[in-house]
Amino acid sequence: MTYNKQRTATNDSMIAVKVHNIKKTFKTEKSIVTALEDISFEVNRGEVFGLIGPDGAGKTTLFRILTTLMIADAGDAWVDGFEVVNKYKEIRKRVGYMPGRFSLYQDLTVEENLAFFATLFNTTLEENYDLIKTIYQQIEPFKKRRAGALSGGMKQKLALSCALIHRPSVLFLDEPTTGVDAVSRKEFWELLRQLQIHGITIIVSTPYMDEASLCDRVALMQEGRIMQINSPRGITESFKKPLWSVRSGNMYQLMLDILALDAIDTCYPFGQYHHVVFKDETYSLENAKQILSTISSDLEVKQIPATIEDCFMELMRK
Amino acid sequence: MMEDKVISVEQLTKRFGSFTAVDSISFSVSRGEIFGFLGANGAGKTTAMRMLCGLSFPTSGKAIVAGFDLYNDPEKIKKNIGYMSQKFSLYEDLTIRENIRFYGGIYGLTDGQIKSKTEFMVQHLHLEDQVDKLVKSLPLGWKQKLSFSVAMVHQPKIVFLDEPTGGVDPVTRREFWTMIYEAAHEGTTVFVTTHYMDEAEYCDRVSIMVDGRIDALDAPSELKKKFNASTMEEVFVQLARKAKRGD
Amino acid sequence: MKQFLFFIQKEFYHLFRDKRTLFILFGMPVIQIVIFGFALTNEVKNSRIAILDNSKDETTASIIQELNASRYFDVIENLNSSSELEPIFQEGKVKLAVVFPPQFQNTLLHANTAQIQLIADATDPNVANTLTNYATAIIMDYQSKIKGNQNFPYTINTEMRFLYNPQMKGSYNFVPGVMAMVLMLVCAMMTSISIVKEKELGTMEVILVSPIVPLRVVVAKMIPYLLLSMVNIGSILLLSVYVLDVPIRGSIVLLVFECFVFTLTALALGLFISSVSDSQQTAMLISLMGMFLPTIMFSGFMFPVENMPIPLQVISNLVPAKWFYYIVKEVMIKGLGFINVWKETAILTAMTIFLMAISIKKFKTRLE
Repeated sequence: MTYNKQRTATNDSMIAVKVHNIKKTFKTEKSIVTALEDISFEVNRGEVFGLIGPDGAGKTTLFRILTTLMIADAGDAWVDGFEVVNKYKEIRKRVGYMPGRFSLYQDLTVEENLAFFATLFNTTLEENYDLIKTIYQQIEPFKKRRAGALSGGMKQKLALSCALIHRPSVLFLDEPTTGVDAVSRKEFWELLRQLQIHGITIIVSTPYMDEASLCDRVALMQEGRIMQINSPRGITESFKKPLWSVRSGNMYQLMLDILALDAIDTCYPFGQYHHVVFKDETYSLENAKQILSTISSDLEVKQIPATIEDCFMELMRK
Repeated sequence: MMEDKVISVEQLTKRFGSFTAVDSISFSVSRGEIFGFLGANGAGKTTAMRMLCGLSFPTSGKAIVAGFDLYNDPEKIKKNIGYMSQKFSLYEDLTIRENIRFYGGIYGLTDGQIKSKTEFMVQHLHLEDQVDKLVKSLPLGWKQKLSFSVAMVHQPKIVFLDEPTGGVDPVTRREFWTMIYEAAHEGTTVFVTTHYMDEAEYCDRVSIMVDGRIDALDAPSELKKKFNASTMEEVFVQLARKAKRGD
Repeated sequence: MKQFLFFIQKEFYHLFRDKRTLFILFGMPVIQIVIFGFALTNEVKNSRIAILDNSKDETTASIIQELNASRYFDVIENLNSSSELEPIFQEGKVKLAVVFPPQFQNTLLHANTAQIQLIADATDPNVANTLTNYATAIIMDYQSKIKGNQNFPYTINTEMRFLYNPQMKGSYNFVPGVMAMVLMLVCAMMTSISIVKEKELGTMEVILVSPIVPLRVVVAKMIPYLLLSMVNIGSILLLSVYVLDVPIRGSIVLLVFECFVFTLTALALGLFISSVSDSQQTAMLISLMGMFLPTIMFSGFMFPVENMPIPLQVISNLVPAKWFYYIVKEVMIKGLGFINVWKETAILTAMTIFLMAISIKKFKTRLE
């Protein structure tokens, strides 16, 4: 292996994670699957950076490369200034990682789980107590309880405490909120925001688009590619076409009717409404109402700002 | 109209020892309705759904599901409902055709019926080229759509969906919900449990369980009005934060 | 070091909190010893036999009495005709029938020779063989008594001696076998399962991403099973000495040392299995098929290796349990010293080092 000094460190102290043209493929019995296709991005120190995309977008593979668990086929990456292949030992001292299917030791108590992960990183709960204090206080009443007997939200908090116990400079969270109820999810995100005070960089992945707005910046991922990187606001503002939300008493029939119209570009169901884009981007509310009135006179039509999901679907079409 | 009620539940209760998992809930669901059944982890959702599927006997209360009494005819109920969960649905190591055959067989469809069902389903989902491939080779989104179709293979009166669309891309998700709309449009009642409040917004009516009781039951737009919230998420958080019991 | 001790402590937590597995691990050796000791015995006791006495004289009466008095036989049927023989065997009531011809005593006294027919159910050839041998021995015994009275000029007595196991007890054979089996199960299977469990839980990923050498966590997993195995060895030895009357003729220290060596081999095997399997199921299957069966088949305690075709004999040399079984027999039953088993000990040690080396080499610092 050729050792190149410039490759092993970035001098930019503001950059916590740098990914440059990373590629990764997996061989299966019959075919070669591309997990990551030429990925590049940078994450600033202290940022909460979201990787948003469905299962199979390559989020976990990217995490594994950055946490030194896998080696990319091509490209370079640095975490906290260290190159991920050659300097993996340095990185392992500095990162916290919560894998997607991570489930702690169910038969150990809360305390014992924490003690184990502290020992793993050669530290103690006391040493970095101020960092996990706010999280730990919530689970402390159950510290003698086995992890298997905790609720989903509590488990999540315990796992986060375990990942933070050695005061990592970069924290990788792979789908931490999957399968957790809405209240616990909300609390979990609040805890993540609090960690920013300590200057920890957080990279978090999620398949749920509505969580994007809780990040500083997000990368929208699909099939091994990053479709767009921006702040959540920047992403929704980049949706240039007028977007209309339409509602009637019979949503299924309404969708069939809308899709039958020639002037329609897209129509997607969004809960109580359908989000509609016309081929002609200059339509006013009057135009929109007029066209839709051919379906029914009793429609609720209004122009709305795009959501991350609208943008994601728009990007998928390209 | 009584015959329009596909599920009607009165003061249904389930106790495990001194613990009341489901505490005297009452509600009804109409034919062709998409009914959202929400609740925090441990609120009693799973227990309630198990009872409605005829998998567990209630401690007390009344329930008629698909026209059959929960106490007397749980086996008849099972014949008239479909079930799909994100965790378990299809056998990954069987082909699409074999999966349909298997589930068709379970519900006592004849060979002819299974054959025509398979053809119809495969055509409907545009899986003609994949029908003899293993399910595990399909993308997640296709798997979910297929398992929904398989849950509907015996034309059940009610289909229970347990967190159906986790982890798929937004377009596939909408295709999935379109299938649900379609099924409801044709008269099947859809009973959905989910942790994701944006899924709740697709439902005609939503119930929210807190500590074993149903604390709210209405159309999503009405609930938002009632709780002065802009999203279902806010409604849910307001209600669930009141929960006293941890699990 | 403190770190390492904590890892070991954690493994003990895992072990002691899984009560069911713990019960199986401690109960298994006891149950196996009891099953093998009492159920799977080659000895014949109180076998039910039938008599067809067509002579009914003094001599037949005393022979029958001798048979009945011995602890090997119980006479449960006295038949009246040979037509009753077949049905009684078919019903499985008896395993052996003794048939005296008419005029037995007369013939014996006048012709100086007489014949007794022994009919045995040979569906189980071993049992049939043993039964006829015992019966013959009793009849011979009786014969020599009469002969002794008459002072016959020529008598040839054969005397047999069974060395080390004069009573031909099966337990001498299977105690070492059970020891090999239990150690294999506890060490190889349980360690491999517990390592693979960490992979399934996702904790292995976190351990890999930590600065610690992951092997240290894995080695800490072996310690509890090592201790557990030693406890099991203790209970097996106590049971065999006090319940099955199998003596420990050689040095106990040497015996325990050899058990320790074999335990390390089994642990190394467990580590190796865990490095090639991804799920607990796979680990379990490999352990059962790859370790447990060969231990039973090739160690020699169920089936004699000498009688196997040459290729199988060669394969048997690769089975660690074969060497362990040999060592335990030499030390425990024959009472020999280290001088006689050093070669086998060296083979086990070499196997351990080899397995450890490839497992460590295979043990990844990354996921791929």
